[in-house]
Amino acid sequence: MNKVFTNADDAVKDISNGAVIMLGGFGLCGIPENCIAALVKKRVNNLTCISNNAGVDDFGIGLMLQQKQLKKMIASYVGENAEFERQLLSGELEVELIPQGTLATRCMAAGYGMPAIFTPAGVGTEVATGKEIRNFKGKDYLLEEAFDADFAIVKAWKGDTQGNLIYKATARNFNPMMAMAGKITIAEVEELVEPGELDPNQIHTPGIYVHRIFQGVNYEKRIEQRTVRQLAN
Amino acid sequence: MALDKYQIAQRIAKELQDGYYVNLGIGIPTLVANYIPEGINVILQSENGLLGMGPFPEEGKEDADYINAGKQTITTLPGSAFFDSAMSFGMIRSGKVNLTVLGAMEVSEQGDIANWKIPGKMVKGMGGAMDLVASAKNIIVAMMHTNPKGESKLLPHCSLPLTGVQCVKKIVTDLAVIELTANGFKLLERAPGVSVEEIKNKTAGKLMVEGNVPEMQF
Repeated sequence: MNKVFTNADDAVKDISNGAVIMLGGFGLCGIPENCIAALVKKRVNNLTCISNNAGVDDFGIGLMLQQKQLKKMIASYVGENAEFERQLLSGELEVELIPQGTLATRCMAAGYGMPAIFTPAGVGTEVATGKEIRNFKGKDYLLEEAFDADFAIVKAWKGDTQGNLIYKATARNFNPMMAMAGKITIAEVEELVEPGELDPNQIHTPGIYVHRIFQGVNYEKRIEQRTVRQLAN
Repeated sequence: MALDKYQIAQRIAKELQDGYYVNLGIGIPTLVANYIPEGINVILQSENGLLGMGPFPEEGKEDADYINAGKQTITTLPGSAFFDSAMSFGMIRSGKVNLTVLGAMEVSEQGDIANWKIPGKMVKGMGGAMDLVASAKNIIVAMMHTNPKGESKLLPHCSLPLTGVQCVKKIVTDLAVIELTANGFKLLERAPGVSVEEIKNKTAGKLMVEGNVPEMQF
């Protein structure tokens, strides 16, 4: 068993046009920068992309939008990307906006082998259109199906060659449940170590969920909203 | 005189109780953290995966891996905990978060809220707002009483796409504190120097006024 790939180009080389991919991260925090760069370089297109956000104009998923590589975007918040808004309003890009908790839980369901979940988020709104509603103990819930993604691409802080992953701080976000949800899961890590070097008590994603792993390079880790302490007014 | 956004946040902070777990939305709600009353311990939940959110970092100590739901750099506090997005919304959905404060474009007299989309103009997405309003036990809306055109944001029915239905419990605006009741909006307090008449004029939905309405205290 060898899960270790040399780099991002190698790890994404069989992602082909029309694939459904999940990308971890919240805003630009915890995004798989190396794999996004490799997909941009590869110019693979017609992708369906499941991710909480769509990056910014010149970083993250925004780089794939610029090259019009996406057919469809499934996300919860896309406010920071002008090119995204342009493609959406012009009809070039198909967009499904869903509540953030629903997004997370539809990933989780896939990773837990459950076909669907019930959630109250979106009841009475346009999100509920066409969805089955069930009443439990007097409250309405929407049936939301588990995602079905060809590839999940996640970013972790540390990983070992067996695929065990540890995330750092709020860069964890969607990465653990997406790692569990892909038919093929690709993990890029800041530090790749040998088995035994990570404390089994501290593992967030057990290696069984990870099919490919490599140590990323040149992380930019761009900050979207740099804020520092100042006196309250 | 109408309140500024800092005073709105300051008034909302008076609703905090010791031991509350609180989720603060982007904008005015974020400012509430600056006015937590002395002797009251609240734990801030950031839905991207942190309980016990601390202040912004000192200059030079920003870390890209430490952000809040508004993507701002933040710090942790003693006793903080990180978790993933599914668990974050698990604690929201299961009612562990005691209070949610968020902004709105419109609120109806039934307690419906709209804050995520203006058809044909603005499509930013709902983020975590739909999950929060569908499950939170106590929801306070922080907003201006009228929009930039001077039109009331407190309406008989929302005109914009809804974020959630019959969920808002209280509204704090630059003019008033208003409670949602079975009979519509009820005026609880008015901003210092603002008349009941002015609040009535700027509230398009049905507004109940009982007896003398006190001025807000800070």
